[in-house]
Amino acid sequence: MSTSAGNLTRVLMRRELKSYFATPVAYVFIVIFLVLAGAFTFYLGGFYQRGQADLLPFFNFHPWLYLFLIPAIAMRLWAEERKSGSIELLLTLPVTMWQAVLGKFLAAWAFVGIALALTFPIWITVNYLGDPDNGAILAGYFGSFLMAGAFLAVGSCLSASTRNQVVAFILTVVICFALLLAGWPLVLDMFRGFGFPQAVIDAIAGLSFITHFSAISKGVIDLRDLLYFVLMIGFWLYASAVVIDLKKAD
Amino acid sequence: MIETRKLCKHYGGLKAVDGISFKVEPGEVLGFLGPNGAGKSTTMKMIAGFLTPTSGTATVCGFDVQEHPIAAKRLMGYLPEGAPSYGEMSVAGFLEFIADVRGLAGEERRRRIDDAVGRLSLSGVMAQTIDTLSKGFRRRVGLAQAIVHDPKVLVLDEPTDGLDPNQKHEVRALIQAMSRDKTIIVSTHILEEVHAVCSRAIIIAGGKVLADDTPQGLEARSRYHQAVSLSTANPKDAQELLARISDVSAVEIDPQDGRVTAFPRKGKPIFDAVTAALRQANFQFSEIALEQGRLDEVFRQITQTERNAAMAKKKEAA
Repeated sequence: MSTSAGNLTRVLMRRELKSYFATPVAYVFIVIFLVLAGAFTFYLGGFYQRGQADLLPFFNFHPWLYLFLIPAIAMRLWAEERKSGSIELLLTLPVTMWQAVLGKFLAAWAFVGIALALTFPIWITVNYLGDPDNGAILAGYFGSFLMAGAFLAVGSCLSASTRNQVVAFILTVVICFALLLAGWPLVLDMFRGFGFPQAVIDAIAGLSFITHFSAISKGVIDLRDLLYFVLMIGFWLYASAVVIDLKKAD
Repeated sequence: MIETRKLCKHYGGLKAVDGISFKVEPGEVLGFLGPNGAGKSTTMKMIAGFLTPTSGTATVCGFDVQEHPIAAKRLMGYLPEGAPSYGEMSVAGFLEFIADVRGLAGEERRRRIDDAVGRLSLSGVMAQTIDTLSKGFRRRVGLAQAIVHDPKVLVLDEPTDGLDPNQKHEVRALIQAMSRDKTIIVSTHILEEVHAVCSRAIIIAGGKVLADDTPQGLEARSRYHQAVSLSTANPKDAQELLARISDVSAVEIDPQDGRVTAFPRKGKPIFDAVTAALRQANFQFSEIALEQGRLDEVFRQITQTERNAAMAKKKEAA
């Protein structure tokens, strides 16, 4: 009877991850992700035209790719449990709320990790064509994975707030869009135009996924950027647990 | 053991559960009866640790469900209303998942799963996904999930809902077989079930306990308890004859099948007097029976009195 806490989280995660592959959803998602990632890199990013052996055009589009694809993964996390009633089963098993939230989140994160890992041909391509800084590329993948986790954590919380997956999807897109835009020069200039002091503008920029991701994607791993994503994930997962606890009865 | 003390759950102004207290000992099967919306499921959800009570406590084998939820949940098997599960999983995969969460491993895990599968005759559907199963099978998967870790306490919300008569019979036999060393709560709105499996029954309505008694005790509250009924070709004559017996309070003729029922005065047995009177008059009848009492009538009487009282109160307030 002595199942350790980490073990239980792993059991929940494994079940969740398996359930992705039980339906075509997982395969459809991976194919769309790979096709879009390729299309963005080669057409919009001008991968060949730049004539540089790096993956910046690839990573630069990840925030926008995630904006629509990650909410599609996250929307079912809790909304489906609520709709089918299995949330009642899950939360009356001897697991803590934290284990349940973390187990489901880690499954979704691992799934996105699998999709991300399957973009490896682009890494092979760039190594074939030139002599890229593989350390920077590795950092880019790492940063992209971290950012995906932040998107997912936001989605987990909003999925917990409704039993309707479409509502969860739209809410997640809107909030993630706001978090992306916060670092966009256009938005920052607008706030500057309103006469906000630089400290406020920096704070707004500091909330943005893009500000923190762009540094990592160039190969610069700053502890503050890592901390930002870890805190972001922690905050939204904590919010998920609170929301589930409040709304599980509806 | 399960104990609740003044358990309450309020939704805004609505008192779904309003001060329910009871205690169930090992070996007992407690039947939870009540009209729809009486608060049965809400009470069970609080005992199972899914809902947080507004006030009051529920304890399972000495563990407060709110303060020591994991310890309490370990000892408990719970079948939620509607038997939800993960539809995309196979039956085998689902039961293995539950066994893993319950901390079963190795030989014991296999033995416990086999036992639950055998008890609920699921071996033929192990490879099927739960979504493709009939309602009856899904309910049995839910039951298997609840008993896989051989819990001390079982909380089953409508375990026989959606089953055919044979399956109902099997599930009732299963509950009885398990009742020897376990504490079991079963909610139902099928009154015959109370007789079949319960050693005690609680009737709740409007979130309150209205009666807490053995099935026999509840039946004894019925007007039909100890009444004598008979079928005859001339019910009118039978009515006249039986009405003359001193301990008979009333004689009624069922307008549908013409069956004659003689009701006793409170606590007076009339069977002997009735048979003697019939024999004396040499009265012809095809069949005669001593009534045990009718649970459905008691149920209606108890729950509707409550409703009428509540309505009267509302009127008064208005």
